[in-house]
Amino acid sequence: MTRSGWKGPFVDGYLLKKAEAARASGRNEIIKIWSRRSTILPQFVGLTFGVYNGHKFLPVLVTENMVGHKFGEFSPTRTFTGHQAGDKKVKRG
Amino acid sequence: MARIAGVNIPTNKRVVISLRYIYGIGATQARTICQKLAIPDDRRVNQLTDEEILRIRELIDRDFKVEGDLRRDVAMNIKRLMDLGCYRGLRHRKGLPVRGQRTHTNARTRKGKAVAIAGKKKVTK
Repeated sequence: MTRSGWKGPFVDGYLLKKAEAARASGRNEIIKIWSRRSTILPQFVGLTFGVYNGHKFLPVLVTENMVGHKFGEFSPTRTFTGHQAGDKKVKRG
Repeated sequence: MARIAGVNIPTNKRVVISLRYIYGIGATQARTICQKLAIPDDRRVNQLTDEEILRIRELIDRDFKVEGDLRRDVAMNIKRLMDLGCYRGLRHRKGLPVRGQRTHTNARTRKGKAVAIAGKKKVTK
C-alpha cells in the first residue's frame, strides 16, 4: 500500500538537524544514524551517512537517484554469501 | 492483416481482444481505445476500415507507450535499481524475489528450475 501523499515523506525529525549541522560545519564526516526507516530527502544529497545495520554503520553516499528510497535499503542486515560449492554433507532420510 | 504499433498482426478476433496482443495494452487500455474511437464491441479486426486502423495507430502512437519503448523503460527502471545498490537492486542482481517473498521453498519463477544437491540421497525404504 502506498503512503498517502498529503502526509508527505516520513523522516525522523532529528535527521534534518543533523544534516543541516553537517552541511554548516566541515562536511565530509559520516553522520551516524539509526533511522533506517526515514526517507531520503533531496536536501540529503551529497552527504555521507553511516546507516546502522544492527552491526556496523555502513557508509552511504547519497546521490540524486536515491531520493525517495529509505536509508535501510542501502544497508543490508543479512549476510548470506551462498552455499559452499561441492559441499559433501550428505543428508540421510 | 493489420499492423499496429510495429510487428503486431492480430487478425480475425474482436478489436478489443486483439489490441491486447500489443505489449503494453491490456484489457483496460484496449477498452479505452475502442471507446475513444467509437468502435463497437463486436467489430472484428478484418471488418475495420483502413481509416479506422489509421486512427487506432495514431491514437496509440500519441497516447500510449508500447512495445520497444515500454520494454526499454522497464529495463531501465530495473537497471537503475541495480546500479543504485539498494536492497531491491541486490535482489534483481541475484535473481531472487524482490518483494519480500519467502525463498526457503518456492520462488521457482525467479530462481529457475530446481538444481539437485550433489550427494543428497533419496529416501529409500
